Amino acid sequence: MNLFLEAVQWLLDPANWAGPNALGLRILEHIGFSAVVVLVAAAIGIPAGTLIGHTGRGRGAIIAITGGARALPTLGLLTIFGLWLGIGLEAPFLALLVLALPPVLAGAYAGVESVDRATVGAARAIGLTERQILMGVELPLAAPVIIGGLRSAALQVISTATLAAYISDTGLGRPIFSGLKTQQYDMMLGGSILVALLALLVELCFQLVQSAAARRAEPHRTQTPASERITA
Amino acid sequence: MIEFDAVRKEYPDGTVAVERFSLAIPSHRVVALVGSSGSGKTTLLRMVNRMVDPTEGSVRIDDVDVRSMDRVRLRRSIGYVLQAGGLLPHRTVADNVATVPVLEGRGRRQARAEALGLLERVGLDTALADRYPAQLSGGQQQRVGVARALAADPNILLMDEPFGAVDPIVRDQLQQEMRALQADIGKTIVFVTHDIDEAFALGDEVVVLRTGAEVAQRGTPAEILANPADEFVASFVGAGTARRTLRIREVDGRDVVVDGDDRPTGVLER
Amino acid sequence: MNWLSQNLHIVGQLLADHMVLSIPPIVLSLLISVPLGRLAAGSRRLRTPLLTGTGLLYAIPSLPLFIIIPAVFGFSLRSPATMITALTLYGCALLVRGAADAFASVPQEVRLAAAATGHSPWGMFWKVELPLAGPVLLSSLRVVTVSTVSLVTVGAVIGISSLGTLFTDGFQRNIDASIVTGIVLTVVVAFVLDAVCVLGARIAMPWRRAVSRA
Repeated sequence: MNLFLEAVQWLLDPANWAGPNALGLRILEHIGFSAVVVLVAAAIGIPAGTLIGHTGRGRGAIIAITGGARALPTLGLLTIFGLWLGIGLEAPFLALLVLALPPVLAGAYAGVESVDRATVGAARAIGLTERQILMGVELPLAAPVIIGGLRSAALQVISTATLAAYISDTGLGRPIFSGLKTQQYDMMLGGSILVALLALLVELCFQLVQSAAARRAEPHRTQTPASERITA
Repeated sequence: MIEFDAVRKEYPDGTVAVERFSLAIPSHRVVALVGSSGSGKTTLLRMVNRMVDPTEGSVRIDDVDVRSMDRVRLRRSIGYVLQAGGLLPHRTVADNVATVPVLEGRGRRQARAEALGLLERVGLDTALADRYPAQLSGGQQQRVGVARALAADPNILLMDEPFGAVDPIVRDQLQQEMRALQADIGKTIVFVTHDIDEAFALGDEVVVLRTGAEVAQRGTPAEILANPADEFVASFVGAGTARRTLRIREVDGRDVVVDGDDRPTGVLER
Repeated sequence: MNWLSQNLHIVGQLLADHMVLSIPPIVLSLLISVPLGRLAAGSRRLRTPLLTGTGLLYAIPSLPLFIIIPAVFGFSLRSPATMITALTLYGCALLVRGAADAFASVPQEVRLAAAATGHSPWGMFWKVELPLAGPVLLSSLRVVTVSTVSLVTVGAVIGISSLGTLFTDGFQRNIDASIVTGIVLTVVVAFVLDAVCVLGARIAMPWRRAVSRA
C-alpha cells in the first residue's frame, strides 16, 4: 500500500500539473485523441452497419470482421504501423481505428437488425418513406445497441491509447512509459491510476447515455435496459 | 372500386404466389379473401397499396393504375390494419394513431384531438392515449391498429389477418364492433384471413382461394354455405360437418336449433 | 521467411511462454465465473453488484492493470503471476455476465419439471442447468479465449515475454518480419484455442452442435 501512497503523492504534486509536461495536458491529449478515433469510427461504422442491418446484405462480412478483429493484437498493429508510417500520430490513429471499427459496425448492424421486421413492415404499410422508417423507427429502436457498440469501442480506444505512447509520446501512456524507463514506480502507478479513472468515468457516462436511449426505445420499461435484463 | 386485372406474382426465388387473378371489388363493400397459407391472399392484399408490385397485370383503384401513383402517397391514402396491430413500440398510443396525419402536416395538437376521437370510436378509453403499446392487451392493441388505419380518413381499408392474434372471445367482440363501425363509416374494406368463420362474420362477399390465388368460389357467405362450388370449398367451409348441419328440434313449443351432434346453438325466431 | 528460419528457436520459446500465460487465466476465469454467474442469475440482490462490479473491472485498461496488480498483490512487476491474475480478472469480467445470461436462459418450465421429477438443487445444477446453459456459456468462453490470447501480448511492453515480445523487439530493431510473425502467430493461437473450446463443448454436449456466436 506504500506504493499507492507514493503514487497518490505523485498525482497530487503540483509540479506534475504545471509546465509543458503537465498531467492536465496529457489527459486532454488522451481524451482528444480517443474522441477523434471514436468519431471517425462512428462516421464510418454507423452508416455502414445501419445499411447492412437495414438491407440484410453483408451479414457474413460483419461476423467475420468482428470475430477476426478480436484476435488481432493491437500492440502488433501499433508497432507494425509505427515501422511503416514512422513516429507520429498516424500509426496509433490507424491501429486504434482498426480496433474501434468492429464494435461500432457490429453494434449498428445488430441494433438495426434486432428491430422487429413486423414493426418496420407496418411502418412501410402505413406510408412512411424509407428515410422516415430509418430515422423514426429503426434508429431510435436500435439506439441502445448502437450506443453499446460505441461504448465498447470508446473503452477499448481509451484503454489502448495508453499503448500509443510506446511509439509516439502522447497521452496518459507517457508517464507510464517514462516511469518504466527510469524505474520511477510512483509515476508509473500514478499514470495507471489516472487512465483507469478516466476509463471508468467514460464507462459511467456511456452507461447513463445508454440507459437514456433504452428508455426512449422501450419507454414502458423504466427499470433496467433490455441488454441488462435477466428473468431468473 | 378496386380492380385486380389478371395479376400474377412471381418472387425472385421462383415461387409463384399468384398465378392469374382478376376481381372487381365494388366501393363500400367488405370483401374477404380467404385461403390457407400459400394461397397468395396476403400478396394480393399488398398489391393494393404497392407493398408488392405484380409481375404481370395491374391493380386499379377507381380506374387509376396504382403503378402510376407514388407508393408513399398511395399508402397514406389507404388504411392498413395488421395482425397484432403493428404498432410502433416507442410511441404512445395517441402518437401511433396520429402518425400519418402528422406526416401529412397536420398540427400536433389537432392530430392528437382527432386521435382521441378515433380511440373512442373504436371503443377505447382515452385514458390509454399516453400509454405505450406494450402496456395494452392484445385486443386493445388491435383496436389502436384500427384507429390508426382510420386516422387519415381513407376510402379503403386493407386488413391482414386483422384479429388473428387475439383469443376467440375478444375476436368475436372485435368482429361485432367492426361490423357496427362499418355500418357507420361505409369504407371499402378488403381483408385476408385463413379463418372462414371470420370471413363469414365480416364479409359482404367472400372469395375462397386455392394455392396460387386461384378463385375456388366467390359469393355471399350464405351462397357459399348453401352451394359450395366443389369438394375443396365444401371441406374448407366445413360443409357437412356437425357444426354446419343444423336442424330444428321442438322444445316446449319453441324451435331450438341443434347441430349435427344434437348440441343446441340457438333458438329460431319466426 | 529468412528472419523466421534464423529465429525459429526464439519464436518457439515465446510461443510456449504465450501458451503458459494464456491458458491458466482462461481455465481459472471459467471455474470462478460459473458459480458467480449462477448466483447472479438466481438472486436479484446479488445480480446488480456482481454485474456492475465485473463490468467496471472490464473498463480498466490492461496496461495500467498490469502495473496496479503487482502493487496490490506484492508480485514483482515482471512475474507471470501478474499477467495471470490480471487476465483472470478480465476473463471473469466477461464471463460472469455471460454465465449469468446463460443460466437465466434456462427456461423456468424446465426447472420446474426437473424439480417435479425429484432433482435435488445440486442435481438440478449439474444435470439440468449447467448442460442447458452450456451453449450460451460457450459463446462467452470463446470471446474470453480469443481476447485473452490477444491481451497477453500487451505484457511485452513491461517486459513479460510472450509473442508480444516479437512486437517490441521488432519495433526497436526495425524488423517487420518479427512483428508480422508475432501478429500471425497470435491470431493462430487464438483460433486454435477457440477451436479447442468448440471441440470440448461438442464432446461435453453431444446432443447439440455447439452454437457459434461471433
